[in-house]
Amino acid sequence: MADRVRVRAMMPPGHVRTPAYLRGKTGIIERSLGDYPNPEQLAYRQRAEPRALYRVRFSMAEIWGAAAENPDDTLDAEIFAHWLEPLES
Amino acid sequence: MPHDHTDHLSPSGHPFRPDNDAPLTYWQVMEIAIRELLIVKGITTAADIAAQIDAMDARSPADGAKVVARAWTDPAFKARLLANGSAASREMGFDIGSLRLIVVENTPHIHNVIVCTLCSCYPRNLLGLPPDWYKTRAYRSRVVREPRKVLAEFGLVLPDSIRIRVHDSTADMRYIVLPARPAGTEELSEADLADLVTRDAMIGTGLPKAAA
Repeated sequence: MADRVRVRAMMPPGHVRTPAYLRGKTGIIERSLGDYPNPEQLAYRQRAEPRALYRVRFSMAEIWGAAAENPDDTLDAEIFAHWLEPLES
Repeated sequence: MPHDHTDHLSPSGHPFRPDNDAPLTYWQVMEIAIRELLIVKGITTAADIAAQIDAMDARSPADGAKVVARAWTDPAFKARLLANGSAASREMGFDIGSLRLIVVENTPHIHNVIVCTLCSCYPRNLLGLPPDWYKTRAYRSRVVREPRKVLAEFGLVLPDSIRIRVHDSTADMRYIVLPARPAGTEELSEADLADLVTRDAMIGTGLPKAAA
């Protein structure tokens, strides 16, 4: 996975663990967490494939734009690889 | 009259709280039905369920406070805790089950705060049950958007020179904050230090108490 990533801006139905407020936002990989069963399958008792999970760090400026309280504060969230699009750094 | 009570005030002058007589909700009925089926089918027992509830009720922020106090007094333990929060907590004898714990450290330049915007993920196996406010939509939606305002409402006003790191527990990890050791506590024992560590200090909505 690249250092810089963008969260895919898709809106599939179902049990998704990617918060809507981060979709389409660009961040950096803070750390790699290993593989975990895909919650989008697990929630429906389907065979859940292991998927790579990452902690991604976003600046508040990236998430909230001019409305950010302090643009340099940050937010980290756990995002599965299939929600991340690698970017050129 | 000596017994001049009214219908809506208790003898001590407080309003009576209405009885909790509302019918069970759909999900409450579902929970009871599944629990009874599991018992009837011999998959679990009523005693097992009661024991599990007791085990959860016995967990409290005091467990996490002991972990924090150990990290303050033992640099090697602190390094292990930051590298693998689950393993270090187990090393202290805490039965944290499958909890995958990440410990985030406050420094003079960084303040961490924990939230779960999608539901109410919380390191229950180490800190016990979350406070009610942690599960509210207000806390969950606001702390990611205006953390400084939210922390100020908790009485914690941070200068702009301290960066805030919000951690949204969106998937399989759970988090606690390792707060900074308060000044003037060099002489305190590990047990006395643990008494300074509040639940909110480990969520990041507060700081440890000052030394007495």
